[in-house]
Amino acid sequence: MFDVYEIRKQFPVLGRLINGKPNTFLDTGASAQKPQCVIDKMLKVYSEDYANVHRGSYLLSEEITLEYEKARKIVQKFINTKSDKEIVFTRNATESINLVAAAWGRKFLKKGDEILISEAEHHANLIPWQQVRDETGCTLKIFKIADDGSFIWDEFAKLLREKTKLVAVTAMSNVLGTIFPIKKMAQAAHNVGALFLTDACQFAVHHQIDVQDMDCDFLAFSGHKTYGPSGIGVLYGKYDILEKMPPYQCGGDMVDHVSYEKTTFAEPPARFEAGTPAIVQAIGLGEALNFMMNLGMDNITAHEKELTKYATEKLSEIEDLVQIGTAKDKGGVFSFVLKSVHPQDMAFILDKEGVALRIGHHCAEPLVHRMGYESVARATLGLYNTKEDIDRLVKAIEKAKTFF
Amino acid sequence: MTIEDLIENFELLEDWEDKYRYLIDLGAKLEHMPEKYYTEDWKVRGCQSQVWLVPKKEDNKFYFVGDSDAAIVKGIIYIVLTIFNGLTAEEIKNVDINNIFTRLGLNEHLSPSRRNGLSSMTEKILYYANIL
Ligand SMILES: Cc1ncc(COP(=O)(O)O)c(C=O)c1O
Repeated sequence: MFDVYEIRKQFPVLGRLINGKPNTFLDTGASAQKPQCVIDKMLKVYSEDYANVHRGSYLLSEEITLEYEKARKIVQKFINTKSDKEIVFTRNATESINLVAAAWGRKFLKKGDEILISEAEHHANLIPWQQVRDETGCTLKIFKIADDGSFIWDEFAKLLREKTKLVAVTAMSNVLGTIFPIKKMAQAAHNVGALFLTDACQFAVHHQIDVQDMDCDFLAFSGHKTYGPSGIGVLYGKYDILEKMPPYQCGGDMVDHVSYEKTTFAEPPARFEAGTPAIVQAIGLGEALNFMMNLGMDNITAHEKELTKYATEKLSEIEDLVQIGTAKDKGGVFSFVLKSVHPQDMAFILDKEGVALRIGHHCAEPLVHRMGYESVARATLGLYNTKEDIDRLVKAIEKAKTFF
Repeated sequence: MTIEDLIENFELLEDWEDKYRYLIDLGAKLEHMPEKYYTEDWKVRGCQSQVWLVPKKEDNKFYFVGDSDAAIVKGIIYIVLTIFNGLTAEEIKNVDINNIFTRLGLNEHLSPSRRNGLSSMTEKILYYANIL
């Protein structure tokens, strides 16, 4: 059974009073809080098990290498890849996407080729492609979404053609909450001979992922959003594609043979993990993903779905509040503005009431502008949020309104 | 009103809610700047809302006008202008803004990001004091 009140107890920071008020944490979309098991695991590794990986010929190093590689296998299970060799550890989703842009994009894209992305991308899935465009002379196409944030198949299909070599789309928008039909889109991309990358940064926090079923070629997500530590991210790539890609950074750990004349590079994923990796963070991530899988991804989705429905209703009862992103297929992301109150003014009062959310353009400036705003407030759900959190949010918004 | 008057008034207010209501009232007193100043050139970087600040120098003294699209920030601008308007460059350099906001009882009620915004504003004022 998914008992959110029991589960909350495993997140120590949620028990902290904020400005004397209960911690109403509604910013999981930016970064999630950590359960005790992740904190304990990392503390244990640092206290009892620490050494460098892949290097030493002694017990500690061999043990921790096994732990590090075990974390890779947990990621494999979490997103169901064919092989653990298809998992590259990075710093975060941003680095995962940059890796593909730099190693795959620069090698395989040229003038006349097209990259297709959506209007709803985070800067992390926009700017790397602009850079590749400027370096290779290829073209960056952007397909439109509806005013309510919905995905429109025809807008996507219209721009998908022979010239398209890569489609890179978020699985779930961090501003609108819109969930994109990744499996169908990947199939359409493959039909014109394009590769498909999905930014699963938000999606992975709330949903079961099966990369073989989705049939995407690349997938990126960040550990810190999936209840793991910061400093660790994941890039999944199909092995035959990773194999053809040159290294991203060079140094230790990623080589086969080195002489002053010539260096041959290791096979993936080692080829893309130059230098000492984020060892303890990777192990912490493994623990976090196990935590989610033990709760059951379907249980997490169901809990948040119910809460999303509740929050949508409650927010729509607030006079003067405009919700941004109301697609039918959306997850627990609520962007909104009050007609008469600047988001920053509101955020101040909310902070005083212990309610944490984010304001601004949420690293998706063109998208927020396209929706007609400079700055919006955004509340996002995590598996530990409750109806009481939503009630406190609503109460705090009502209070903020009395000030202006 | 001088900054000492403002400090006295803030002292009378007990909790953050009253302090912020007063801050918002002060912000509402800011005069709208001439339209031509609402441009990128006069923007102060490093604030979460839009902030404009425009300097003028007369008889070696500085006078600023400013505005923001956020009400609480307008109140902060009102205080900042009360502190700095009519000072010479030398006097501006000697202002201890942190101390004043502590005496206003506002320091503890400003979140780190707003404190950043405040220091962006004072840095900009110092910058103008140095170059004009
Ligand atoms: C959809 C999406 N993509 C990418 C990112 C970037 O994640 P990170 O900063 O962890 O690299 C985020 C995080 O805000 C996101 O929400």
